[in-house]
Amino acid sequence: MSATTFGWLVLIFPLVGTVLCALLYRMPARQPLVGWIGSAAIGLSFAAGIGMFIKLLDRAPEQRHLISNAFNYANSAGINVKLGILVDPLSVFMVLVVTGVSFLIHIYSVAYMKSDLGYARFFAYLNYFVFSMLLLLLANNFVLLIVGWAFVGAASYLLISFWYRRASATYAGIKAFVMNVIGDVGLVIAAFLLFQHTGSLDYNGVFAHAAHASSNTGWLVAACLMILVGAFAKSAQVPLHTWLPDAMEGPTPVSALIHAATMVTAGVYLIARTHVLFLHAPAAADVSAILGTATLLIAATIALVQTDLKRVIAYSTMSQIGYMIVGVSVFAWSAGLFHLMTHAFFKALLFMAAGSVISAMGGEQNMDRMGGFRRAMPFTFITFTFGALALAGFFPFSGIFSKDAILGFEFDRGGLYAVLAVVGYLGSFLTAFYAFRMVFRTFFGEMAPEAESLSRGELAHGEHFNPATGEEEDTEVGFPGPDHQIAEREPAMKVAMAPLAFLAFAAGIVWIPGVTDWLEKFLEPTFADSSFATQHPSTSAEWIGIAVGAVLSIAGIGLAWFLYERRAGATLRLRDRFRPVHDFLFNKWYFDDLYDAVFVHPMRAFGGFGRRVIETDFVQGAIVGGAGRVVGAGTSIARSIQTGYLRAYAFLLLLGVGGLLLYFLIRSA
Amino acid sequence: MNVTWFLVLSAFLFCIGATGVLVRRNPLVVLLSLELMLNAGNLALIAFSRMVGNGEGQIFALVVMVIAACEVVIGLGLIVAIYRRRLPIDVDGVSEMRG
Repeated sequence: MSATTFGWLVLIFPLVGTVLCALLYRMPARQPLVGWIGSAAIGLSFAAGIGMFIKLLDRAPEQRHLISNAFNYANSAGINVKLGILVDPLSVFMVLVVTGVSFLIHIYSVAYMKSDLGYARFFAYLNYFVFSMLLLLLANNFVLLIVGWAFVGAASYLLISFWYRRASATYAGIKAFVMNVIGDVGLVIAAFLLFQHTGSLDYNGVFAHAAHASSNTGWLVAACLMILVGAFAKSAQVPLHTWLPDAMEGPTPVSALIHAATMVTAGVYLIARTHVLFLHAPAAADVSAILGTATLLIAATIALVQTDLKRVIAYSTMSQIGYMIVGVSVFAWSAGLFHLMTHAFFKALLFMAAGSVISAMGGEQNMDRMGGFRRAMPFTFITFTFGALALAGFFPFSGIFSKDAILGFEFDRGGLYAVLAVVGYLGSFLTAFYAFRMVFRTFFGEMAPEAESLSRGELAHGEHFNPATGEEEDTEVGFPGPDHQIAEREPAMKVAMAPLAFLAFAAGIVWIPGVTDWLEKFLEPTFADSSFATQHPSTSAEWIGIAVGAVLSIAGIGLAWFLYERRAGATLRLRDRFRPVHDFLFNKWYFDDLYDAVFVHPMRAFGGFGRRVIETDFVQGAIVGGAGRVVGAGTSIARSIQTGYLRAYAFLLLLGVGGLLLYFLIRSA
Repeated sequence: MNVTWFLVLSAFLFCIGATGVLVRRNPLVVLLSLELMLNAGNLALIAFSRMVGNGEGQIFALVVMVIAACEVVIGLGLIVAIYRRRLPIDVDGVSEMRG
């Protein structure tokens, strides 16, 4: 089989899985069959991805760009869009990361969701998400890309609002969907602009044409900025980031899969895929690099003070994607994608371990109430620490290699980029601090009651309440409530977490400066059209960068240890001392309040005005009510004739006949 | 004889009948007046038939008589029904048809 055949198989398995899982929705919960079908679909897709990878490696590097068209998707008015896939190193790399991590998260979900009444629905959604993501990655033109892009947004909405009786979950789903649609619109406008100026929607046609455009041509910069709107909305970058922390309302495997490892990295993929455009619109690339740097810093500062465990990880995701965006925007594509891969591993791992802790707490997500889980849950403790070490950039875990590949490249380009790299190092210090703030507050310190009962072998008894608002909940659609006591007891969860812990530790091996460059060499054919593909800092410079990163990471971890272990309680005094700073960060730089004030409240006021004046007074009152009143007035005249007196009827009859007679008499005269 | 005389007589009878329908309140008399109006019509038909010189108009008159008989049956039936329910024998007394 050729590489493209494998590419089609990669797409087909999750689609079949979606349909099968959806058809089996009547299967009672606690029957893991649906879960295993869903997992098998993704596993097969991963296997097909490996087949694609092997077949691609068989070819010479310059021939690793394969297109396969199934049929014409749309053919009219000069547009010829084919349902086609593009298999090249970039798409194969992304497919392997997405299907691999998805497979492990599916296995984790088999255990994690087993007491949920929406079990089959969950796996149908999850497979649908993976299918959409793969469609997005494998598309060979902008139309299919947008189709996959919108599907992914829809899947994200469905999964965030998975517990749809929970008001805060549906609200978060709506918020994510609206933000994603802003991005969709941006991407569609970008496709319009590109079609207008290049006459093509195929990647090859657009890129070939754009390669001849002069640098910073107006339309190209505009198209790139619109692509950035799409990428930033999907990847939760400032200023379109506010949906991601709220998206943590979804089940934890969803947070791990969609809102950490895969979907939110679609923006990074998009910029890497359209790198030819950005090469000819460096102004747009600089905008992207600056906003990415701003995001990584803003998100890291917010993560310092949040108390919801999953939200801290969500802000950390935003921050890490900021690094990736910076990487692909300064044309360090391989480095950005390298970070995408390592981040997918350690962030999925962190979410899975967090899910284990949260279920041990009976649904409680507040770190203020956690503590001392080190003894009670040794496996979770080790895996979480592995993830945190990789996130913090602790040498020699995977995170430091990928992060410093980006920052080193920035220093190598110098100027503005060196300034951004310094901010990046500041961010990595903050990252190390908040990563170990989570570790120390969750696993060290005094034991929470739940941890104590767990170490006695009893499982905490949770209540059906909403962790965000504390409301009591309607459990008809299933929640991980009192019956949901898994807390690393299930082998499936351990099976999923162990390989990720290993990868979080060892994934850096694919690109150790001066030792290996497998990933860079593999991705090179995709980016071979630019001189940046082969540019990289000297090995000694990279190792200096890694050393600086390692020192910063140890400093951050040490500070966290000092503040949360050595001088426990010091942070409370700091908080009281710097109350305004704390409030500013705790309220997420007031982005939500700003958007509420600028967009949400005016819109709501306008909607209220429309309902009161336009709907009630004008439509209901004047149009609908007016028609009613006209008919009513007409009938009241007709009714007044119907007196019920026989003689009155007879009189009118005679009057009529008399009238007719008179008329004919006058006519004939 | 000139047809005008027949038509004048017919018109007289019709007007008497119509006045009877409008002014009398006893349903029996109203029915009686109706018959008078119908027969005024019949008279006009026969008069025209004679004037034209064929018998078709007379057939029409016979048909009208049959219809009048049917109508009287229904009318009398209604009057008996009203009487049975001990309602006043008065056409103004039954005005439930008011809209």
